[in-house]
Amino acid sequence: MSKINFLKPDKSNLNTFLYLGSFLFFISLLDVFINSFFSTNLTGFLPDSLSFILPLIIGFSGLFFIRIELSGIKQLDLINKHINTNNFNAILSLLIIFAVIKSIPPILSWFFIDASFAGDSKDVCTGSGACWTYIKVWLRRFMYGMYPNAEQWRINLSFIALTLLGSVGYFATDRFKKYLTLYYVVIYPLIAFLFIFFFISGGPIFFDLSYGIIAAILSIIVGFFIPNKFKFYYFLFVPLALYILLKYFIFYEELIELGKLDGLNWVETGAWGGLSLTFIISFFCLIFCFPIGMAFALGRRSEFPLIRYISIGFIEFWRGVPLITVLFMSAVMFPMFLPEDFFIDKLVRAIIAIALFEAAYVAEVIRGGLQALPRGQYEAAKSLGMGYWKMHIFVILPQALKLVIPGIANTFLALVKDTPLIFVVGLLELVGMLNLAKTNPKWLGFAMEGYVFAAIIFWIICYAMSKYSYNLEQKYKTDR
Amino acid sequence: MVPQLITVLAVILVFGFFTYNAQINMENRGIDFGYGFLSQESSFDVQFSLIEYDGSHSYFRAYLVGLLNTILVSVIGIIIATIIGVIIGIARLSPNYLINKFAAFYVEFFRNIPLLLQIFFWYFAALRALPLPQDAEAMFGVFFLTIKGLYVPAFIWENLNIFFYSIIAAVVSIIIIKTYAKKVQETQGKQIPVFLIAIGLIFSLPLLSFLIGGVNLSFEVPKLKQLATTSFIYEGGVSLPPELIALTLSLSLYTATFIAECVRAGIQGVSKGQKEAAASIGLTTNQVLKLVIMPQALRIIIPPTTNQYLNLTKNSSLAAAIAYPDLVLVFAGTALMQTGKAIEIVSITMLTYLSLSVSISILMNWYNKKIAIKEK
Repeated sequence: MSKINFLKPDKSNLNTFLYLGSFLFFISLLDVFINSFFSTNLTGFLPDSLSFILPLIIGFSGLFFIRIELSGIKQLDLINKHINTNNFNAILSLLIIFAVIKSIPPILSWFFIDASFAGDSKDVCTGSGACWTYIKVWLRRFMYGMYPNAEQWRINLSFIALTLLGSVGYFATDRFKKYLTLYYVVIYPLIAFLFIFFFISGGPIFFDLSYGIIAAILSIIVGFFIPNKFKFYYFLFVPLALYILLKYFIFYEELIELGKLDGLNWVETGAWGGLSLTFIISFFCLIFCFPIGMAFALGRRSEFPLIRYISIGFIEFWRGVPLITVLFMSAVMFPMFLPEDFFIDKLVRAIIAIALFEAAYVAEVIRGGLQALPRGQYEAAKSLGMGYWKMHIFVILPQALKLVIPGIANTFLALVKDTPLIFVVGLLELVGMLNLAKTNPKWLGFAMEGYVFAAIIFWIICYAMSKYSYNLEQKYKTDR
Repeated sequence: MVPQLITVLAVILVFGFFTYNAQINMENRGIDFGYGFLSQESSFDVQFSLIEYDGSHSYFRAYLVGLLNTILVSVIGIIIATIIGVIIGIARLSPNYLINKFAAFYVEFFRNIPLLLQIFFWYFAALRALPLPQDAEAMFGVFFLTIKGLYVPAFIWENLNIFFYSIIAAVVSIIIIKTYAKKVQETQGKQIPVFLIAIGLIFSLPLLSFLIGGVNLSFEVPKLKQLATTSFIYEGGVSLPPELIALTLSLSLYTATFIAECVRAGIQGVSKGQKEAAASIGLTTNQVLKLVIMPQALRIIIPPTTNQYLNLTKNSSLAAAIAYPDLVLVFAGTALMQTGKAIEIVSITMLTYLSLSVSISILMNWYNKKIAIKEK
């Protein structure tokens, strides 16, 4: 019986089916390709519905014919294994391939071919594509908000300096490695704050917080000479007392004018905005929410019931409410809780609100890490005679934090993605600026370009962060 | 003991400080504290409401309107997000290279763009490109997707309660049959085709209610009506505002990425040995999936997925940004502006969300305890 085995492709008639199948498959691809790139329908003579479904049928039968197990041809086996395991998979693969081919031309033409890049007014945007001129004209606003054009070098300078200072860790030699934690946890945030306060906002040297900083530094230096027994009480009372002493008795308001940097104008926070504000807010919230979260994570696992209940209450409260209501609270409710003459800037209020909110999530993540550590670690540390703080700082936290790197990174990602919500308190970062630009009468009708632009920027930031966290996770992976 | 006392003291001090200031501030501004305003006439309108509401109703009614709108968008969002999430999650485990990469692309794409930006995109950019009512083409002859919203046919029921009773009767009898079948299988080893019987019952009983129970269902298809020379609207049917569409779309597309990851982790979490062991005692592929893989995978999937549902509900408060009248916009927005009762209104809003999430997390803890593997 040497009948042609037509419906059952196998190894014996490999060549026939291979040529027939791949021919049909390529015909179907060609049809869709020509249809989408040159907008000519090869099968236009057929009825509409048939002509629409024909490439799918042809491609499907092509894939059916080349589905030959163990053909001995490497490429064919690869194709069969990856996109052509059975009928259902073959159809899905075809649909995806067709969708990709179909969507390339419109996307290309919208983004590049029909888009307008030149010029600086709305008139050049006549094509059917995107109007990138709009982005070009508004770029400064999207990046810096309402920050005066002439002063924008201050933001750039601060960001460059902070990036350089932040990358110190990569160049540190082994001798300095042990100080890195101290640097990143205490010194770097302080420098960052001073940069933002002096350069970006242009404030005076002797502002409210500088007393606090002086008090903190002084008391830490003196703290080295205090015997261990009293350290806890010392750090509980002395810095606060020193701060009050400095603020109300030694330094006076006249110093504020004295300490102003020459040539730097004060730019109020209401004018900050755009992408730089996104960075500033994420940065500060990131710095604050980590220690707060760590404290509450330890508090939730504390052996003192009262501390435990307070921590649980704090964490569950912030995790139970949406961020937008928290920001509402910081905008309308929080000022009611402060003394009447006491004014906190709305940016600071927003940062406090977001930091507390995210701290609750960080606390839960860190608690997960603490719980995942085997009991033996605690017991071993205790048997070495370590106290609570020594045990946690040198044994428990380094291991627990390593475990929760992905979780923490996810929380920080969520933080970055939550920053646009500050529109509630009237601050406009990138998305807020887009909405403002969209309603400008000279530039109506370019909402799409703006959102696509912002989406690309946010996507790059978030994707890079998630990849970086993945690398960190791999780097610090320790087998146990 | 000392650290406890200090912490409690600090908390009490902070709260005392806040309350003291709040009292003084409210006295100075002439605001009195109290929840009596809830029964006052609200005198503002809400453009989309599930219950009857206008300016003559009370603030409490406005609160209910907002709450119901929040629940509406959350429920629709949860359903769509679950469907998309499960499909994408399974697709990420597909041996098919293209499907796998497509699912990965979907997850990476939608997860890394802020939700607010996605809501704005759908509302201000994508849905604004829809046709005007007079130019809209009908989908399947009855749906009209226009710039003013989606118009769908309205269901007009007669004797709806009898229909409900029939469904309840069907469910109850299925449960009874299932328990009976289990008993029969345990005692006699016979298998009763429960699944087929269940399908038959769930369709036949409601059908019976149509035939003899006097239940009747008819559709009211929206019709185009001319108001002025250039102004058209649709009459009849149900209209879903574009805010609702944009919100559900972005919420479900965004949350689906997280649900997809939960589903993937759950299925991957079942060890391969389980599958092989089940196959080696002669279970069929379907039985392996139904009796061995799914019960274990669901144990991993359900807790984080519930968390995502909660997140979706909380994220639905972003509705305020595109003026969908949800709890935050109606109550913490409009009502707060009118009454000026910041503390009361923000606290009620927060408590509402808080009680929702606390009750769900209590439920989840109970469920977790119930399904946890009892190791011997």
